[in-house]
Parts: sequence; structure tokens; C-alpha cells
Amino acid sequence: MSDMLSEKRKIKSAKKMRDIMTTYYLDAMTAGQHNKQVAWITSGGPVEPLVTMDIIPIYPENHGAMIGASKMGEDLCIKAEDMGYSSDLCSYARADISCSIVKGGPIGGLPKPDMLICCNNICGTVLKWYEVQARYYKVPLFILDTPVCHTRYSPEIARYVRTQIDEYIAFLETMTKRKFDYDKMAQVGRLAYEAQQLWQKVLNTTAHKPSPMSAFDAFFFLALIVTLRGTQIAVDFYKELLEEMEQRIQTGISMVPDEKYRLLWDNLPVWYRLKWLSQKFSDHNACLVADTYTSAWCGAIKYTDENNFLDSMAEAYTMIYLNIGVDQMADQVLDMIKFYDADGFVMHSNRSCKPYSFGQMDIMRIVREKTNIPVLMIEADMVDPRSFSQSQIETRIDAFMEIIKQRSS
Amino acid sequence: MIYAGIDIGSITAKAALIKDNQLLGTHVIATGYDPINAGIKVFDALLKKCKLSKNQISAIISTGYGRASVSFADKTLTEIICHGTGAHFINPEIRGIIDVGGQDSKAIFLNKSGQVENFAMNDKCAAGTGRFLEVMAKALEVDLEQLGDFSLKADKPLKISSICTVFAESEVISMIAGQEKRENIIAGIHESAAARVAILANKIKIKEPVMMTGGVAKNKGMVKALEKRLGFNLIVGGLAQENGAIGAAVLASRL
Repeated sequence: MSDMLSEKRKIKSAKKMRDIMTTYYLDAMTAGQHNKQVAWITSGGPVEPLVTMDIIPIYPENHGAMIGASKMGEDLCIKAEDMGYSSDLCSYARADISCSIVKGGPIGGLPKPDMLICCNNICGTVLKWYEVQARYYKVPLFILDTPVCHTRYSPEIARYVRTQIDEYIAFLETMTKRKFDYDKMAQVGRLAYEAQQLWQKVLNTTAHKPSPMSAFDAFFFLALIVTLRGTQIAVDFYKELLEEMEQRIQTGISMVPDEKYRLLWDNLPVWYRLKWLSQKFSDHNACLVADTYTSAWCGAIKYTDENNFLDSMAEAYTMIYLNIGVDQMADQVLDMIKFYDADGFVMHSNRSCKPYSFGQMDIMRIVREKTNIPVLMIEADMVDPRSFSQSQIETRIDAFMEIIKQRSS
Repeated sequence: MIYAGIDIGSITAKAALIKDNQLLGTHVIATGYDPINAGIKVFDALLKKCKLSKNQISAIISTGYGRASVSFADKTLTEIICHGTGAHFINPEIRGIIDVGGQDSKAIFLNKSGQVENFAMNDKCAAGTGRFLEVMAKALEVDLEQLGDFSLKADKPLKISSICTVFAESEVISMIAGQEKRENIIAGIHESAAARVAILANKIKIKEPVMMTGGVAKNKGMVKALEKRLGFNLIVGGLAQENGAIGAAVLASRL
């Protein structure tokens, strides 16, 4: 009986997504045979011009997540440390740099890039990381610099970033020896916009009680909005996923059996402990209904003009969650707590991700002052399991849940 | 009705029994290598001490790092909630707790009804825990229990600048080599550990009156260093180490 129930809880679209991702990586691996170019790009980078130019985008950060989830992070991080990189360096960067040398990881390394596109809207580490890789693969690197908008997107920033978008296009024209197709760009922009809207709608379904999926599922389904944004494939997939979520709501299927408590998660997932953490919260009848991470790929949609994508994307890519001031980040967190009706806020202080973890103490204080819900901070790392102490994290989660239960009783 | 609480810590195992909201007795043993056996042993010893048998106990709650290894417990709860309840049971005025145990140190904020409002725990680091003091006691060839008395005789506490236990130990070893007075080194160790613990208390904006619990509360030097750092006095009862087990027993009575 319980097997039947857990079978019912499984999200059916998961298989389809796995197939799409496999095809995507196979295409990228064999790009040379089809006279296609491969560009490595940072997770927050503007991918639409690449899609327009028929260049296959590859995301070392998505690869980093795969390495973490397949528990191969420790060996690759150690290998990078053997090469001389500091253990304080981001574990995505360490795993990616060493993976290029040893061709390790779950898919035997990434396809060789023809160019690198680095946008620093997500962090500063990517600048040096991509410089290292540009030297290693001996390929050109394009850097898109998006200044942090502590208070607002000023006219100076707007001009500065918009000019770089033109330089980006010129760079791609040089690399492909082809003219940029602005009509196709408008079409790709509309598809990217549509996929982001659909992704936001998928995430919104978890406001329903009980929630049809958890943040752990969102961490998984995120892969397409990152890698295939701007394609029909992503739009079609998220339509299906949205339908499935709505179906689950109608038939009352929840991800966590007997959901009683609803939590919001902050920062990247702990990739190598997804199952353990998911079980841990589920044992307390708690569902991580939403997170600040997966919503980052649709959070800036309000700045996007679907009919003028190219001009508006400068702002949309600059104003993403990790590139704004702490006060604005806290406002977004407060909005999410309200929208998803969260009973608690779990913050992952991620040793790897400095821009995400910096400011967490302030956000924690602001949330406590303005909502009075319990806030928990756990220390770990997204890929390097040496930064994860199970018994300590277990005690903190258990105590946090005891406080939430005590309050609701 | 009699209720039991069992607290399996990383260094010691504690048990407490309560009846009609009155404490019947407590017992402490070393946890050792086998936490399962430690739970059985400390419980049996306490029953014997109180001339009771197992079937007279209505409910048992286990807590502490080894809480899951007490198979005969009715429920497990974390030491945070148990220390909060224990402190409130002993003194309902208490609003803050500083618990320094073997593996963890924590600061707990209680509301007026004794419920935990907020807590902060040390990060993945032994600095500011009982284990830190244990390592230092070994390097100085002093019994853990004597650390407090030694430090009270210090005339000029030395400054330990390393936060990491391993580096702090080598700092202490170089002080020993430099023939510094043992008392002054120990006082420095306490001040270093107290500084770490005080951060936790400040993080949750702890309110007086504050009780200190956990095995390290028995160390007078550490209490003094913490009071100096925090700028107020701590309440240290005779049952600081057993406080978590007492809280567990009180919570068992509410099952």
C-alpha cells in the first residue's frame, strides 16, 4: 500500500526531463560532427544570443550540480587542491577545473568549448574560473560585466550593460563568421520569456496546501530553464509539468505525506544530500515549498519586455537575485514567506557560494523582525561533502522543527 | 507517575527521574565507546539509586547526540528543547541559557513560559566546546576538573589568538616551551573559549537571567571568563550537567 502511495507521489514528467537532458548533452558532445559550436556560459549569463546563433550553450555550473548529486565532488575537489587551488575556492569551480584535466564526473567531462561567455551577475569567482579555462582550452573569452545594483538600476549602469550586449553580439558574429539574425533573436526572446513565465507558474503551484511538489523537485526541474531557455523544448516541457502539477492539486496528491509545516529554503541545494535532507524534513511532516534559488531564473521577468527582449535583457540580467542589495533580497524573501505561507525559513550558509551566503545574517535578522517565524542556518557546501557534518545538522534541524511544532500546538 | 529523561552526550551520559513535578534523582556516567550501553547503564544505575524498577516508569525521553541510541525511549528530542525545559523547571525566571557541552556549545532564548524562542549553536568547529578544553587539559597535563581552580590563580592571563583547536593547541605548546605559568595559560584558554561562546549569546541577543548548563558549567574558570566577556553574572546550579536529562524527564511527563 505504501509503495503504491509513494509511486503515486512520483512526478511523471521527471523521466521526460531526464531524456531531454540526455539528448541535450549527447548533442553537445557530438557538436563537432554536426559543424556546431559549443559555448560554455555561466548560469546567469544571457543565453538567448547563443541560441539565436545556433551555438550550443553548456553550463559548467549545471555540470557542477550533476557532479555534486552523483557524489563525485569530493574526489574532483581534492584533485583541484592537488593542482594548487585553495580549498576555499568555490566547489563548482574546483570540480570543473579538475574535471577538464581528468575527464571525470558522471558524464566523463564536458564537451570542449569553442568560446567562453562569462557574466558576473552571479559571482566574481566566475571571472577567474573562466580565465583559467580560456587558457586551458585556448579559446576566446567574452566577459559581460553587470555591476551590483545595491539600490537601483541607474541610467549609468543601463548604458554600460546595454553597450556590452552589442559587443557580445559582435563577438558572436566574429566567432561564427555569420551575421546576427535580429528577427530570430526576437523569436528566441519570446520563447525564453514564455518558458520563464511557465517556470514561475510551476513554482507558484506550491502555494497550494498541501504542496504538489517540494523545493527538492524544483532543484531537479530547474535544469531545463537554465540550459534550454529560449527553445520550444523548454516551453513544451514546462507546459506539461504545469499541467501535471495542476492535476496533482486537483486530485490532492502532495509531495510530503501528511504535510503540516511549510518551509522556505535559501541558497543552493546541498546536492550530495538531497535525499537525506528531503527525508529529514519529510519525517517532521515538513515540506520545503519554495526556495530563493530556483526562482532566480524567473525572478527578473518583470524587467523583461517580450516584444523588445534584446533591449530589456540588459536590465533583466543585471537585476537578478544575487546582484541586488541585501534589503531588496530580504524583501523578496519576505514576499515569498507570505505568498507560500511559510512556517519557517531554512538558510544554507554555503561555504562555496560567497555572494549568496554574504548578507544572510542580515536577511535572517530582517526576517525575524518582520515575520516572527523561526529561522535556521545550517552550514554546508553545495558540492564538497567535507563541509557537511551530519550529526550537527541533524540536531539543528530537529531543534528547529521542535520549535515550529511547539509554536503551532 | 514517574518519568525519566536520558541525555547521551559526546562525553557523559546523564539520567534524571521526576515524580509529581519533583526531582527524584539524577546520575552521570562517562559515555565511552558504546552509547547504546551507556544509556542502559546510566538508567539502570539511577533506578537502583532511587530503589525503583523499570516498570514503574511511565514514559522516557532521550536527548543529546546519542538520543537515537536509546532504544527503550518513548520519544527523542534535541538537547535544545530539553535544556530549555530543564532550566525553566529549576528556575522559571530564566530567560537565557548558555549550554557548553562536549561537542556543542549553544545559546538559547526562552520566552516567559519556558518555550524556546531562538537558539544559536557553534559552527563545525570545536572552538568554544568542552572538547576544546579537554584537548588543552591534556596538553597541559592537568585533570579536566582542575582546569577551573588553576585558572582562578592566574595573575596575567595569556592571549590565545588561534580559533582552531589544533592551532590553539600548538600555541599552548609553544607557551609551555616558553615556560609560561600554567595558571596563566589556562586562564587564556578559558578566555578564548568564552569569547567563542559569547558570540552565540550575542547572536540571539540573550536576556538575563541567564543560566549556564552543561558539563563545562562546573568549570569555575570558564564561568568567570564568560561572565567577564558577557558583562553579567550567570546562574550556575548544582545540576548544570544534568539539566538536559531533567528537561527530558519533564517533557516525558507531558507526553
